[in-house]
Amino acid sequence: MIPLVETSRELDEEQERGTLERAWRHPGGFVGWCSYTTHQAIGMRYIVTAFLFLLAGGVEALLMRLQLARPENGFLGPDRYNQIFTTHGSTMMFLFAVPMMEGMGIYLVPLMLGTRNVAFPRLNAFGYWMYLIGGLFLYWGVFTNTAPDVGWFAYPPLSGPQFGIGKRVDFWAQMITFTEISALCVATELIATILKMRAPGMSLNRIPLFCWAMLVQSFMVIFAMPAVMLASNIFLLTDRTVGTHFTNPAEGGDPLLYQHVFWFFGHPEVYIIFIPALGMVSSIVDTHTRRAIFGYPAMVLSMAATGFIGFGLWVHHMFATGLPQIGEAYFTAASMMIAITSGVQIFCWLATMWSGRIRMTAAMHFVFGFVAIFVLGGLTGVMLASIPIDLQVHDTFFVVAHFHYVLIGGALFPLFGAFHHWFPKFTGRMIGETAGKATFWLLFTGFNLTFFPMHILGLKGMTRRIYTYQPEMGWGPANLLASVGAFVILFGGLLFLANVIRSRRHGLPAGADPWASGTLEWAADSPPANYNFVYLPVVPGRYPLWTDPKQRGLVTGVRADRREVLVTTIMDAAPHHRYPLPGPSIWPLLTAAGVSAGLIWAVYQFSGYYPAIALGTAGLIGWFWPRTPAGDER
Amino acid sequence: MSRRRTLPAISALLLSACAGPQQSSLNSAGPQAGHTESLWWVFLGILSLIFIAVLGVMLAALARRHPEFEPASPERTATAADRTGRRLTRAVAAATIATVAILFFLLVASVSTGKTIAGLASPSSSLTIEVTGNQWWWYVRYLDDNPQRIAVTANEIHIPVGRPVQIRGTSQDVIHSFWVPGLNGKRDLIPSHITTEWIQADRPGRLRGQCAEFCGLQHARMALWVVAEPESQFEAWLDRQRQPAVPPSDADTQAGYQVFMSHACVLCHNIAGTPAQGQVAPDLTHLAGRMTIAAGTLPNNKGTLGGWILDPQSVKPGNHMATISLKPGELQPLLDYLGSLQ
Amino acid sequence: MCSRCRDGIAGIAILLAASFGCQREQRNLRPEPTGQAMFTPLKGSNPSSGIAYEISEGQRLYTWYNCSGCHANGGGGIGPPLIKTSWIYGGEPAKLFESIAKGRPNGMPAWGDRIPEYQIWQIVAYVRSLNQQEPSSATPKRLDTIETNPQTIRAARARTGK
Repeated sequence: MIPLVETSRELDEEQERGTLERAWRHPGGFVGWCSYTTHQAIGMRYIVTAFLFLLAGGVEALLMRLQLARPENGFLGPDRYNQIFTTHGSTMMFLFAVPMMEGMGIYLVPLMLGTRNVAFPRLNAFGYWMYLIGGLFLYWGVFTNTAPDVGWFAYPPLSGPQFGIGKRVDFWAQMITFTEISALCVATELIATILKMRAPGMSLNRIPLFCWAMLVQSFMVIFAMPAVMLASNIFLLTDRTVGTHFTNPAEGGDPLLYQHVFWFFGHPEVYIIFIPALGMVSSIVDTHTRRAIFGYPAMVLSMAATGFIGFGLWVHHMFATGLPQIGEAYFTAASMMIAITSGVQIFCWLATMWSGRIRMTAAMHFVFGFVAIFVLGGLTGVMLASIPIDLQVHDTFFVVAHFHYVLIGGALFPLFGAFHHWFPKFTGRMIGETAGKATFWLLFTGFNLTFFPMHILGLKGMTRRIYTYQPEMGWGPANLLASVGAFVILFGGLLFLANVIRSRRHGLPAGADPWASGTLEWAADSPPANYNFVYLPVVPGRYPLWTDPKQRGLVTGVRADRREVLVTTIMDAAPHHRYPLPGPSIWPLLTAAGVSAGLIWAVYQFSGYYPAIALGTAGLIGWFWPRTPAGDER
Repeated sequence: MSRRRTLPAISALLLSACAGPQQSSLNSAGPQAGHTESLWWVFLGILSLIFIAVLGVMLAALARRHPEFEPASPERTATAADRTGRRLTRAVAAATIATVAILFFLLVASVSTGKTIAGLASPSSSLTIEVTGNQWWWYVRYLDDNPQRIAVTANEIHIPVGRPVQIRGTSQDVIHSFWVPGLNGKRDLIPSHITTEWIQADRPGRLRGQCAEFCGLQHARMALWVVAEPESQFEAWLDRQRQPAVPPSDADTQAGYQVFMSHACVLCHNIAGTPAQGQVAPDLTHLAGRMTIAAGTLPNNKGTLGGWILDPQSVKPGNHMATISLKPGELQPLLDYLGSLQ
Repeated sequence: MCSRCRDGIAGIAILLAASFGCQREQRNLRPEPTGQAMFTPLKGSNPSSGIAYEISEGQRLYTWYNCSGCHANGGGGIGPPLIKTSWIYGGEPAKLFESIAKGRPNGMPAWGDRIPEYQIWQIVAYVRSLNQQEPSSATPKRLDTIETNPQTIRAARARTGK
């Protein structure tokens, strides 16, 4: 750990460290492993699990590209293909993108804020178990021919009780319940942590941009996720399992009702994925250009504005449904307006790079790739905002190209940059830089080979979600190129995995701050101890590690013999009180198991919700049973 | 060729493979698609320039070495010099204002194009076609105030050149989407809703369209053809569609007629003027005059029709046509009969 | 319990669970066409039973082939209701097949020379599902039409007094 500060007072760091080690020790055994509540452990679980789902989604993508490589290909029939593209989309959106961003947030936010854990450690664990069980539930469906086959947005009536045959759509709808409960848990604890558990001195205008991003994203989750639970659970699932008529026009329902409520979630969802990536890019750029991000207030305000405006765009997914033109024009304006807020972010980063000293690490390669790819995707988004153009390219491969450019460019490339940037912190070793740069070039080349031709295919009339196409349409060559590109992406991914595995064993030992970065996470050990810092820091500026050590401070008086954190005020982060956090607990897992059993039962019979509530309540009773804070027992 | 059309023509050439069915949005055959195509080029031009500019700035930032930042101390590294800071602020502000201005221009262009297209709707037009999406075919009905003059067909639409045509769309089952890129954007066909769209062909030709909203197992094979022809030819075609089916004229077609009436065909299909009055499958009254069968899946000839009838699930697995069994000697007369339904 | 036994039991449990889903969710899109009109079933038991896709096809065919013309949505009209406990000619699948294929006295036409065998089995499966004799996980709770579930209609009438 970097000594944060030179003090004149005698501080027995060794003794403090030893006491903290004991208080924060992980319990042993399998049951102990299931009881972890430290944010580093749970964050890493999210990251690893989400990465495995990324690989699963990638396999599905490769299968699709194999089928579409040639016209009238017989590799996959329509039923299998429909299941695969639905599972690909659902995996990537619900099981990879959002949980991965949350995992990075859970891991990094307390470190960046200078505290020891998130605000609600057991809720953190519960959220992870719900996510894991939900993902495994969907894939149990995949392996039993019950994968959803109606598209990742599952429009009724196709997904309704008459045309959505069997239990496939029910598995999809309930998977959403699991992942949205998980997302809401994480959002709650991140908001509480970011607002109330910052290091003293870290006033609102000194919060790292990544933490601002997670704050905006968490608010968005709270407003958006209930909408998708409403659409998938209340409308779709009860229509299918109980016989309600939300989407049945014959009894007064309407399929468009589902679309509105779904997309009210669906559009903010992409910003929920994208905004944390913006924060990651800021962290990488300031470190590797060795200067502060230009225009901090503009960056914060534009992120918040993106989050806010993002809720006003959803109808642009529904331009073809025959809604009144005046209303649609408003959504065109809003959809274009959001390009301004993203543009401000790009301009500020360009200004930072322009006036900084760029160090072209592998992480910076990914940032450059992000700018190139995301900006292109954002510009095709402006095209899609225009109603006449959208009516031609909606539901074609042009849209597929657009959203892969903005999601892969805007979220995946920053994520890979973040992996290369924070690998030393996560593992204590440096990641192979040459292999990292080669990974970037493989991913960048493969990505453009795969998705750029899709713009052309969409303009040439190739619609989405088709399992085959006729040879005389002329779509064959571009599809073949796209399929080749997909395998280049695969090689990039494999190289990344190999690099990670090798670097974990043989990488150069990293030390706490190999990049000479400015934010607090680099003051902790690599990898961080369970308690993060021996003494909590006092923060004099936006980049504490770049300020004069004489100006920094340490917090003393927080107890080390139990899991205690400092709660501070919202605006100025003045110390307010000390708070004991709970230690390891098996109750989050038990509660999650009980609720999950009920939810899975409810897929088959609506009455399954009753055991879900009962078991959940029983779990919560055990969870909240009053007990002495660890360390206070005498 | 005028300059306005040169670029689109070149691009159409580049974008089209060899001679194949055109389903390109950039090969417009009518005013609605034409306006959209022009708007597209404006957007593409302006946004491409923006992309090149952003990329250029980024690469220039990479290439340059900034002289002011030889780090003497952490503070110098971490904070920009004031002069640079002011220049950067002005640059970012200018870029933001430029972004707002360009987006506003594009917004105006888009809304105005939308208004122009909407203005092409002509209430006094005398041709309204009702299109109902089914899994996985198109039910087409030419409306007329006189019920005797209503014509029903399937999967192929004929329109007269130069006349605006209103498409009134709905769906029988799930959400489909009517889309003929050469004529206009797409309109979803939603059960219990009626969505309308105006199309107009400015020159004769054949345009391919495809269902553009995922609708189940055979969404991939739900195409339609629009045939634009001169007014007189169109009227002749429409008149023929209004007639009942050609009765079987010789022993062969009579045998085929008997095959049709004695199998499951009559339970679903309609041949006007015969006992076959099923309403749930494509109308076959004038089947022989159509370009394709199975909603654009196969060209319409004896071989493909025979293969389709004997084993529809191998052509379009999951489609709703029953797999019937025919005795030897039943297929050829049946094909002859169907081939006589002009 | 030894770890191998645990793994074995876990494996069997997973396979069982898998087989339930796999059975129910089959989509056999391409039937074997039989070579003749089908008045007696080739197979003794209903190959469409328990399969969601087959029951759904049966529902579609029930409407398309106008069974509802005489039997309404199961409540009957010109013909007897199909939601009942005592069947005039037998409610087992093979008997239902014969009723549809050969017809019955008093007005049930013979459909076996028109409707292919596999489709008759699908209709049989659907009719049995109306009587809750197919797994509920393979039977849709409602259709996209006006409410036809007799229990729901009775309950609604009781509430509104109509």
